[in-house]
Amino acid sequence: MEEKMVKKDFTTFLQAFGKPLVAFILRLGDFSQFVLKAVYNCFIPPYYFKLFGRQFVSMGFYSLPVVGLTTMFAGMVIAIQTYSGFSKLGAESAVANVVLISVTRELAPVLSALMVAGRIGAAMAAEIGTMRVTEQIDALITLSANPFRYLIAPRIWAGIIVMPLLVMFGDIIGIFGGYVVGVYKLDFNPANYINATMLNLQTLDVVSGLVKAGVFGFIISIMGCYNGYHSKGGAQGVGEATTNSVVSSSILVLIFNYIITEMFFSR
Amino acid sequence: MSENKIEIKNLYKAFGRKKVLDGVNLDVKKGESLVVIGGSGTGKSVLIKCIQGLLNPDMGSIKIDGKETIGTKENIHAKMGMLFQGAALFDSLSVWENVAFTLLENQHMPRKQAKLEAIRVLRQVGLAPDVADLSPAELSGGMQKRVGLARAIISNPEIIFFDEPTTGLDPIMADVINDLIIESAKGLGATTLTITHDMASARKIADRIAMLYQGKIIWSGTVKEMDKSDNPYLKQFINGSSQGPIKVEI
Repeated sequence: MEEKMVKKDFTTFLQAFGKPLVAFILRLGDFSQFVLKAVYNCFIPPYYFKLFGRQFVSMGFYSLPVVGLTTMFAGMVIAIQTYSGFSKLGAESAVANVVLISVTRELAPVLSALMVAGRIGAAMAAEIGTMRVTEQIDALITLSANPFRYLIAPRIWAGIIVMPLLVMFGDIIGIFGGYVVGVYKLDFNPANYINATMLNLQTLDVVSGLVKAGVFGFIISIMGCYNGYHSKGGAQGVGEATTNSVVSSSILVLIFNYIITEMFFSR
Repeated sequence: MSENKIEIKNLYKAFGRKKVLDGVNLDVKKGESLVVIGGSGTGKSVLIKCIQGLLNPDMGSIKIDGKETIGTKENIHAKMGMLFQGAALFDSLSVWENVAFTLLENQHMPRKQAKLEAIRVLRQVGLAPDVADLSPAELSGGMQKRVGLARAIISNPEIIFFDEPTTGLDPIMADVINDLIIESAKGLGATTLTITHDMASARKIADRIAMLYQGKIIWSGTVKEMDKSDNPYLKQFINGSSQGPIKVEI
């Protein structure tokens, strides 16, 4: 009797672990298939340049203020923190260098990506999700348009191309933020600060940041599209898709940030 | 050359453990207007989606013009048009861009010419030209349905599908849509397949009616035959009675 109970407990225990695991693996398989199909369709004509242009503008141009503000304040904060940490050692010139490295390598790409994930990834999931639940995606198919080429490919291209441009902009604004704090608050000599910045400017710092940006752009677009494309059941489903897209793309951005950093700098 | 435009044999489709289509056999003749009736959740929409390749059936065969469509790489949508239940207009495009979608994207017609063509078809479904530049969100439900119909017929399809064409419309507007469906289908000489649970609409547009119940076609015949039939399921459905062999799951 007791043995039977133990056996039954063990089975429920296994079930409790097994069910989510199987569901997770199925979803992972589904997601991988989606990614492969999306990437494949990015290279197959017809190309919808107008739709790409629309995404490019909404993702790039309209994100400029958000990205500018975040990177500016990030650069300013880094300048103050570095100064308060290093000033005792008299290493004032280090401020320019630390601002430069932290903004170009980490802060501009990661903060911009998180902001764009919230702004654009969510919008993509909501738009495509609404199209799914109102049968607009089915309508596309019946009108002989492939939704992967019509909806998803333009968004992925826009993500990959726009993000590096945004990050380049963020780099400049972020370093400028550090300069403003350095010169007007910490009383550095402007010429010395700019000199120190230019002297320490390394191609690898900027390039690694831009590579990150491209990858993040891809992640944001693909997560937005995937969650939207698979949303179910009306307004609630679209809401869930939006949340999932922001959360999953933010987490993936942070994970891939580590992986790419490791690839560039772990020597 | 077979006379049947669409031939469906032993079609099965399940979602998880729920069997939705359980061996459907159905033929639609060339130029015929077939209406599939059945309660909500009996698999009418799934059937229509399987025929259009929007869903992959688990088993069975669907032939259009004698050619198997399941697993084919040919574009089967070129000869089909569909009016969706909620019209499913693209809200990022204007009304005329919706109507002219296939002309613009697939036939690469110049925009000016496509717009004129869209306006011509909009007129055909009873809409004034000044509707063309509005966005779909600005239209009423009945007007959206008309735009959806215009979009479905602009490419002169050989087969047109209507998914609950009168749902959500007032009785007069529903009748207007019924007339438009008959007119446009006759004008094009198209084969039409309609799914609905609106019996007034079914009587009006059907050459033949088929009833879907528990994933099978349990009856088919003309409207006259339907009225004479003593099939208890059919009788209960057309009389709209809660008493009978069909049990409503509450």
